[in-house]
Amino acid sequence: MVGYIWAFLIGIGILYSFLTGNINVINDSILNNATEALDLILNLLPIIVLWTGILKIAEESGLLNKFALLLKPFLKRIFPDIPKDNKALGYISSNIAANMLGLGSAATPAGLKAMEELQKINPSKDTASTPMITFLVLNTAGVTLIPTTILALRGAYHSSNPEIIILPAIIATFCSSVAGLTLDYIIRKKKRNGRHI
Amino acid sequence: MAVISKIILPLFVILIIFYGVKKKINVYDTFLEGAKEGLVTTFNIFPAIIAMIFAINIFLDSNVLNFIISIINKYIGNINIPGEIIPMALLRPISGTASLAIMNDLFKSFGPDSFIGYLASILQGCTDTTIYVIALYFGSIKVTKIKHALWVGLFADLVGIIMAIILTNLFF
Repeated sequence: MVGYIWAFLIGIGILYSFLTGNINVINDSILNNATEALDLILNLLPIIVLWTGILKIAEESGLLNKFALLLKPFLKRIFPDIPKDNKALGYISSNIAANMLGLGSAATPAGLKAMEELQKINPSKDTASTPMITFLVLNTAGVTLIPTTILALRGAYHSSNPEIIILPAIIATFCSSVAGLTLDYIIRKKKRNGRHI
Repeated sequence: MAVISKIILPLFVILIIFYGVKKKINVYDTFLEGAKEGLVTTFNIFPAIIAMIFAINIFLDSNVLNFIISIINKYIGNINIPGEIIPMALLRPISGTASLAIMNDLFKSFGPDSFIGYLASILQGCTDTTIYVIALYFGSIKVTKIKHALWVGLFADLVGIIMAIILTNLFF
C-alpha cells in the first residue's frame, strides 16, 4: 500500500514536471532531498531521545502500569464482550496508556499481545471479532497527550509556543475517538438486531 | 486555555521523575537506558524518513498539487481550507512518516505559528496511521475478514480532520 503511494508520488511529480517544463526544479529537488531528510531527523533526535529516557522511568517505576490500571474500568464498559478476567483487557489498557504518553515502541508490543489474546476467544479465526474492531478503532484514533515529534519540529522551526497545540490536539483526538466508537457501537447494534429478526 | 497546554509537559516530567524516586529506582541510569533505546529507534526510522522526504518533495516541487487543487475548486467550489493541507490530510491515515514530511515542509514554508502550521500540528497529533495499524494488528493474527474496521477507522480520521480545522479556527 505505502509502496504504491510512494511510487505514485514520485511518478506523478516527475511526469508533471516534464509536461510543464519544470525539469530544473525537479533536479534540484532530487539532489537536495537527502540533506533535508537528515535535517529533519536531527531536529527530531534530541527530543525523542530525551522523552524515551523519561518514559523509561515511567515504565520501570510501574507508573505506566498504574496508569493502565486507571483506564481499566472505563475500558471494561467499552468492551462488554471480553470476559472479566481475560488478559486481553490488561494488554489493551497498557497499549492505550503507552499510546497516550507517546510511547509508540511500548504500545505496539502490548497491542499485538492484546490481539493474540482476543484471537484465543474468537469463534471464527479468520474473521475480526467485535472486541478486535473496537480495539482497533480506539487504537487508530491514537489518543496522545504528549505528541513528542510535533513538539520537536515546532521547536526546531522556532515556534514561540511549541506546546500550544497540545490541548486542541487532545480535544480533536477525543472527538474522533468518540465518533469512531459510536459508529462502531451503532453498526454492532444493527447487526445484532438484524440477526434476531 | 493555552495555560493547560503549557502545564501538561512539565507536569508529566515532574510526576514521572518523582514517582521513580519514590519507588527507589535509579532514575538516572534508567533515563540513560531509555534514551539509548530512543537513539536506536530514531536511527531505525531514518531510511523511511529519507524515502518519504524524497517522494513528497518531488511531488510538491512539481507543482502538480496546484493543478489538483484547481480541479477540486472548479468542481466542488472553493473549500474553505488551505489547499496545502490537503495532501497531508489524505496521507495521514496511510503513512505517519509521509505526513510528518509534509508537516516539515509546511513549517518550512509557512512557519509553525501560522494558521497552516497550527492546523498541520493538530492534524498530525489528532490521529494515528489507521491503515498501517490495521494491517499490522490483523496481519499478526492472520485475520483476513476485517468487516467494518477500516471504514470506522477512516471515519474517525475524517472526524479528526474536521475537528482539527474547527479547533484551529477557534483557538488561533
